[in-house]
Amino acid sequence: MRVVERFGLANLQSGLAFAVALVAGCMAIAGNAHAQSSEATGKEHDRLVSRGVEVFQRCSACHRIGVEAENRLGPQLNNLIGRKAGSVKGARYSPAMVKAGAEGLVWTPETIDAFLADPKGFIEETTMGLRGVDDADDRKALLAYLESFSTGPSNIPETPVPTRTGIDAGLPAEILALKGDAEFGEYLSGECVTCHQASGEDKGIPSIVGWPPEDFVVAMHGYKSKKREHPVMRMIAGRLSAEEIAALAAYFNKNGQ
Amino acid sequence: MPISRRRFMISAALSTSTLAMPSFLRAQGKPKVVVIGGGAGGGTAARYLAKDSKGEIDVTLIEPQQAFTTCFFSNLHIGGFRTFESITHDYKTLESTHGIKVVHQMATAVDRGAKVVTLADGSKVPYDKLIVSPGISLKWDSVAGYSQEAAEVMPHAWQAGPQTQLLKSKIEAMKQGGTFVMIAPPNPYRCPPGPYERISMVAHVFKQKNPTAKIIVLDPKEKFSKQALFQEGWQKHYPGMVEWIPGSILGSIKSVDAKSGKIETELDVFKADVANVIPAQSAGGIAITAGLTNDSGFCPIVPDSMQSQIDENVYVLGDSSIAGDMPKSAFSANSQAKVCANAVRGALTGSRVFPAKFSNTCWSLIAPDDGVKVGANYEGAPEKITKTTGFISNTGEDSALRKATYEESLGWYSGITQDIFGA
Repeated sequence: MRVVERFGLANLQSGLAFAVALVAGCMAIAGNAHAQSSEATGKEHDRLVSRGVEVFQRCSACHRIGVEAENRLGPQLNNLIGRKAGSVKGARYSPAMVKAGAEGLVWTPETIDAFLADPKGFIEETTMGLRGVDDADDRKALLAYLESFSTGPSNIPETPVPTRTGIDAGLPAEILALKGDAEFGEYLSGECVTCHQASGEDKGIPSIVGWPPEDFVVAMHGYKSKKREHPVMRMIAGRLSAEEIAALAAYFNKNGQ
Repeated sequence: MPISRRRFMISAALSTSTLAMPSFLRAQGKPKVVVIGGGAGGGTAARYLAKDSKGEIDVTLIEPQQAFTTCFFSNLHIGGFRTFESITHDYKTLESTHGIKVVHQMATAVDRGAKVVTLADGSKVPYDKLIVSPGISLKWDSVAGYSQEAAEVMPHAWQAGPQTQLLKSKIEAMKQGGTFVMIAPPNPYRCPPGPYERISMVAHVFKQKNPTAKIIVLDPKEKFSKQALFQEGWQKHYPGMVEWIPGSILGSIKSVDAKSGKIETELDVFKADVANVIPAQSAGGIAITAGLTNDSGFCPIVPDSMQSQIDENVYVLGDSSIAGDMPKSAFSANSQAKVCANAVRGALTGSRVFPAKFSNTCWSLIAPDDGVKVGANYEGAPEKITKTTGFISNTGEDSALRKATYEESLGWYSGITQDIFGA
């Protein structure tokens, strides 16, 4: 079993026997990592977390984190550390992810790091579209960001989930409420599918097919307002009106069903 | 739904009075669109017309080649980053999935009065609307001594296919320490950063296989697309290998001799072990034969629809058109094709016509994982297609960003070829 092998390997690298890691080791590893991360205090930790906010942009197409975060294409990521894989109620998981959870996979800094480095290498049939975060520093930053939304020694259970919602906060309700003209969106989509494959396949450029309309709208306005970084997307979104963005959201949502 | 209401009204009109019918419905059978050229412009236009009209329009695509090798990414083939097969596409999906009639012949003439295209075998294809997207033709006589025959020795490789393979094999076989000379084209030409991406790819090959080789670029121009980015990259990855000589220093290019490899210029005589001559360009041959060009050698169009200024039943896309501020690129042609398809479908079936939106992005590879890009938005202003906003990669960017830019270009290639060829 590839999943179990990879999981075992990740834990063995931490110096623990495979069986121990599966049965009892998870909390120990998590605690160990928390000790490490609490060492990285002060400025360095702030820098990591703020870099993590940027790296999380790659995840935010499908994942929410923070206050009232809900499941989207992927599960919400609050309290991820220590969570059994594939266990969030109401989230859509691949059978492979659920199976990995049933076989003992728990999300610890180590397993998250290994998963993020090579998602399909770690869980071969995961439906997570991300190809992986190659840069180890970026993964570290992302972990620091994810950890800031998890309970742990540095983030005690009584503390409410931090209010930070990342870069996409604050889109007016009237924009989110716009109902898109899907036929217009189909015409406008011609501009998108020059780069984003209409089949929904993800290769160097993320898939945009089948997104919940609200996520689509939030992301596009993030580029339009230059809160999100990508120059091509800033250019494309920059000249789209709120109605046009709603039209595209309606079309791509429909198209993915 | 506006469409179904319109359909209902049309069928109601049909049952009561033929006089009330719009003119486009009076023609017998389905309206016919003929598309000449199966590249980024023509393939996209044919596909969108067939796909969006859902069988209401009869679409014929005329393209002499059975399989099309894209000029975009052909430099990456030369550099060893792509196989030839991976940049070659057939037309099977356009035929099977979209019901497009693909005719593998050369279009030799257009009778615009009778609205008929004549093919090489003499057969005739009538149209209601004609879309002309034949790319470029090379002006052989723009470089004295150069010709179609000379191109077998000094390849242009500016129309992808056997020429690309020929140039690649010559580069790989060049003697150790030899000299590669490129004659760059004057404006306007297909793919503004293309010659300089090619220089980068040739340098990449030499760096591995022929590290003492020299590269000389003889350029009639004073500056070129993404110049600062390319020159920075050449210095970084291929120090001392590339010499670029602008027109002000070079003077005119007097002649080339394919046999001896000699290139005579006002500045000096250069001896090339491998020469890549990219001559001046004009609209594709059929656009000229059909009388769609003006004095510039390219085709004037109406900016918000790509309709020919010379014939209202004809549209011209891509490299053959005078697209104002838009560069001649596959991305541009693909973008123009969608605007055109929307306009043509509206004219023939009464479907909704939306405002024109044009855009372009060109990625270039300088070295492994060192990609850069430039892009812009355009609008169909009354006098010409006009740039609104744009961006370009910065010099000194970190390697992670450059790698991401390169990976993005791979995604773009998959996306756009799917958009053109359907698979």
